[in-house]
Amino acid sequence: MMGEIRQSRLLGVLFAIAGSLFLFSLLFGSQTIPVFQALQETFDDTSSVLALILTEVRLPRALIALFAGATLGLCGAAMQSMLRNPLASPGLIGSASGAALGAVIALYFGSAALSQFSLPLGGILGSLGATLLVYLLAGRNAGTLTLILAGVAINSLSLALISLLLNLAPSPYAVQEIVLWMMGSLSNSSMDNFWIMLPGTLLGWMLLLRVGRALDALTLGEETAQSMGVDLPRLRRRIFLAVALAVGSAVSVTGAIGFIGLVVPHMLRPFVGYQPGKLLAVSALGGAILLLAADILVRLLPAQTEIKVGVVTALVGAPFFLFLIIKSRRYSQ
Amino acid sequence: MSLLRGTALSLAFDDQPILEAVDIELKMGEMLGLIGPNGAGKSSLLRCLAGSTRADSGVLQLGEQRFEVIPRNERARRIAYLPQQTEVHWPLSVKRIIELGRIPHLEPWSNLSERDQQVIERIITDADLQPFRHRPFNTLSGGERARVLLARALASEPEILLADEPVAALDPAHQLDVMAMLAEHCSQGNAVIVVLHDLRLAAHFCRRLQLLHQGCTLAVGKPGEVLTPDNLENAYQIHLPDTQSAIDTLLNITWKRIPK
Repeated sequence: MMGEIRQSRLLGVLFAIAGSLFLFSLLFGSQTIPVFQALQETFDDTSSVLALILTEVRLPRALIALFAGATLGLCGAAMQSMLRNPLASPGLIGSASGAALGAVIALYFGSAALSQFSLPLGGILGSLGATLLVYLLAGRNAGTLTLILAGVAINSLSLALISLLLNLAPSPYAVQEIVLWMMGSLSNSSMDNFWIMLPGTLLGWMLLLRVGRALDALTLGEETAQSMGVDLPRLRRRIFLAVALAVGSAVSVTGAIGFIGLVVPHMLRPFVGYQPGKLLAVSALGGAILLLAADILVRLLPAQTEIKVGVVTALVGAPFFLFLIIKSRRYSQ
Repeated sequence: MSLLRGTALSLAFDDQPILEAVDIELKMGEMLGLIGPNGAGKSSLLRCLAGSTRADSGVLQLGEQRFEVIPRNERARRIAYLPQQTEVHWPLSVKRIIELGRIPHLEPWSNLSERDQQVIERIITDADLQPFRHRPFNTLSGGERARVLLARALASEPEILLADEPVAALDPAHQLDVMAMLAEHCSQGNAVIVVLHDLRLAAHFCRRLQLLHQGCTLAVGKPGEVLTPDNLENAYQIHLPDTQSAIDTLLNITWKRIPK
């Protein structure tokens, strides 16, 4: 099996890959642009076409891929470590489906057309609401299983409500708009979208900065972790809030992008010697790499209609996950 | 000097009393054996002392201070708790698991210091885990796992160790190894409360025993005073034809581990 690698070296390598993909993402697309010329024109402040493509189309898209991917990887790692369940994903506690419901409500009532802020705001509110509901439903001292079940219940409720709205949609166009949004895409990203996403994302990341050690302690179970000084209810509140804010913000802007939060922590765990604390930063970079790569792939694929990036991550993610399961089956006792 | 003192600790679950006004005291350097039948409240008492369950009433003191006023982290440095069944959720290596024991000593952002590393190395050697240090936990045998988990608890250098059946499911030789590690910890000026079902080990290793029965203390004192025919019959509902001579055998048994 793959062995543990020095943390600094691992972070350095991942950082370099993420950085190169980010630059790549600026360069490649349906139209290859001469970057240096574009950069020069950008700084010259002439509103040329090249400069516009770079700053108004490519840059927000790459930035959103970077930040949303990192959020999904980071929150996936935090959730799996907190619940000590390898099947946990960032969406498990309702944040992603709640965000989707909030955004769909915004689309449905047409307020999204009125203001570009209403869709992401609806998403963030939906995420916070659904996560709070899961938290209250599970209770203050809930066991892991109760939390997961509460999450499953709220997720199905959100999906049912989304189906209801689709069912009642006034026109086929509205249905199409909602369905396409839910597939997850980065193609219509603007800098405004990025600025909307940024505060919640950064706040969520900051909340997760100091949970590493508590997650390490949780490896030995909740009772032992508590005896090692971990304030479990507080840790849980912190992670819930962080995931609701960060994932809510990301999903509100990109739509549902599956599998990154589930697969990335699994891929990288052996490299950090299975230590939950060290997995967090590594997983964030891994998520960013995966989403940037998937988004570049989408742009390079020769297709009449652009394939949605959420479709690609699921298509690549699902078989890969199967491969991991089959591989780990051999190593489990 | 008493390191830990619980006075009139009571605990109930759904109106079902689990502990009823139990007193317990742990002195420096001693190993106190907590014995009693299943369901007597031994584990619940230990959880109260570890701070993971809060007693409904009663007073808990750590040294001279009330337990509750001591910050969580300081409590974690002074008391280590080894639950009955510890799951290890990821296949961490033996060394990584023992490193977890240092968590209460670490500042939020700092890595393991030189001194932390020294403690970890000493404990790996003491627990005879040198050959396994890089093995994933899930590939170890039951006896090796028990030693690793105990080593993790000892790695925080606690003045008090609370161990809940640390020798359950171990063969006699491994039982003696684990009990020897506990005794060694006591001899360094620390103290241990250990829950045991094996009365031979309890009589042999503990200077003092506390016998719990239906949430109350039935007897506390030297093994000879606690392990009486009456107490055993009342608590365990067992009867031997000649209980006293059986107990005498129990008290005088001297198993020794053959040096490796």
